[in-house]
Amino acid sequence: MHVPDGFLDAPTSLGTAVVAGGGVAFALVRASRRELDDRTAPLAGLVAVFVFAAQMVNFPVGAGTSGHLIGAALAAALVGPATATLCLTVVLAVQAFLFADGGVTALGTNLLLMSVLAVWVGYGVTRVFLAVLPRRPGSVPFAAAAGALVSVPAAALAFVGLYALGGAAPIPLGALVTAMGAWHVVIGVGEAAITFLAVSSIIAARPDLVHAARGRLPVLELRTPEPVA
Amino acid sequence: MGSGPGAHLHVEGTSRLHTVPAHAKLVGLLLFVLAVVSVPNEAALVLAALLAVAVAVLLSTRVAARHLLPRLAVETPFAVFAVVLPFVAVGPRVQLGPVSVSEAGLTAAVALLLKGTTGVVAAVAFAVTTRPRDLVRALQHLRVPDPLVLIASFMVRYVDVIGGQLRRMRVARASRGFDARSVRSWPVLAAGMGALFIRSYERGERVHLAMVSRGWSGRLPVTSPLAARPTEWLVVLGPALAAVAASVGARMVP
Repeated sequence: MHVPDGFLDAPTSLGTAVVAGGGVAFALVRASRRELDDRTAPLAGLVAVFVFAAQMVNFPVGAGTSGHLIGAALAAALVGPATATLCLTVVLAVQAFLFADGGVTALGTNLLLMSVLAVWVGYGVTRVFLAVLPRRPGSVPFAAAAGALVSVPAAALAFVGLYALGGAAPIPLGALVTAMGAWHVVIGVGEAAITFLAVSSIIAARPDLVHAARGRLPVLELRTPEPVA
Repeated sequence: MGSGPGAHLHVEGTSRLHTVPAHAKLVGLLLFVLAVVSVPNEAALVLAALLAVAVAVLLSTRVAARHLLPRLAVETPFAVFAVVLPFVAVGPRVQLGPVSVSEAGLTAAVALLLKGTTGVVAAVAFAVTTRPRDLVRALQHLRVPDPLVLIASFMVRYVDVIGGQLRRMRVARASRGFDARSVRSWPVLAAGMGALFIRSYERGERVHLAMVSRGWSGRLPVTSPLAARPTEWLVVLGPALAAVAASVGARMVP
């Protein structure tokens, strides 16, 4: 769900745009140093398309309703946080300009919440869990799921904070925190489940593609059997 | 064919808005919506007038309503929020027919509906008259950093390809009797998502190799630079200037 135009006042929208711009600039520098080179720009583009497409897969919850993935923590675990920020930035911008999904003046707010905050909070939590869990590829889906679980309510609570700064109507803040927090914990559980299942299936097929699994894959060695005399 | 996620984003036409260069339209769109958002919430009439301006711009594209109306539906969740707002907001209450609602909440709800709708209408007017490829050129012209322009160009180029892949996977699942009804279907859907990631990534590798073998140097070449004439700037900045004037006016005359 994207913030539309007019939800936050103009100063808050501009302020979040500046902060989000700083976050994206940091991701650009970091991605070019550590994750991307000109070689992988097409890869990042295709990952952006994947995130966009993955958001269109509907996961039925029952009673006729369904939800979809936000994908911030999933992208961070798969391609690294800086590249994930860039990919989600492009996805959100294209959604705002070509699909009218999310206001164009709220683009800074949406970027800050989803492509900066959700990605880095998710990645941070994933890293903490990776440090604690056993150094096996099998730990990676759990860590990614934990990142997804935390990233969704974190973004929702950050939105409540922004709403307290520049929201349009006086809603009792405590009630808003409870409602948004509780609801997004539920969404976070779904996000964590999907992230776990998706990362597991990728780890099973192509563990070398998962950024969070780097350094914990078995080193393959070439063995030639002794020639039989 | 043609029913992928990228279909019907842009509708061919010959209207004034179709022919204006994309970067000018993008600047005009941003300034217009920013000015609309900066109008004080109490000035509902000014906001309604600006919504009328946005609708007039959208109608001037002469794109058929069947292309436009489904696009406006993205606003629905926030329309629901706006309807709830007067009941949950605090402050002095006013009587509205049989129910008592928060005055501040009611003002905010009306303003949110008007501003949000204006934003969606203006963005749809931009989207239906701008080819996705031209959006990428506009971003490049406006000095957006190269990696972002590159990612955006690959995204608009491959969104139909990957969308088609997604659709074929759905058809393949359905033809094997799969019916996503409950949480029990999640492992299958998520595994499909994993497969889609691997396919996208491997396609990215192939695309990159194909580009390198054709002399890719790391930068998108600018083949035909965008340039807007003063009259074209006037066309796209007209609504924005009107909105700025309205916003300033609404602040001066409370």
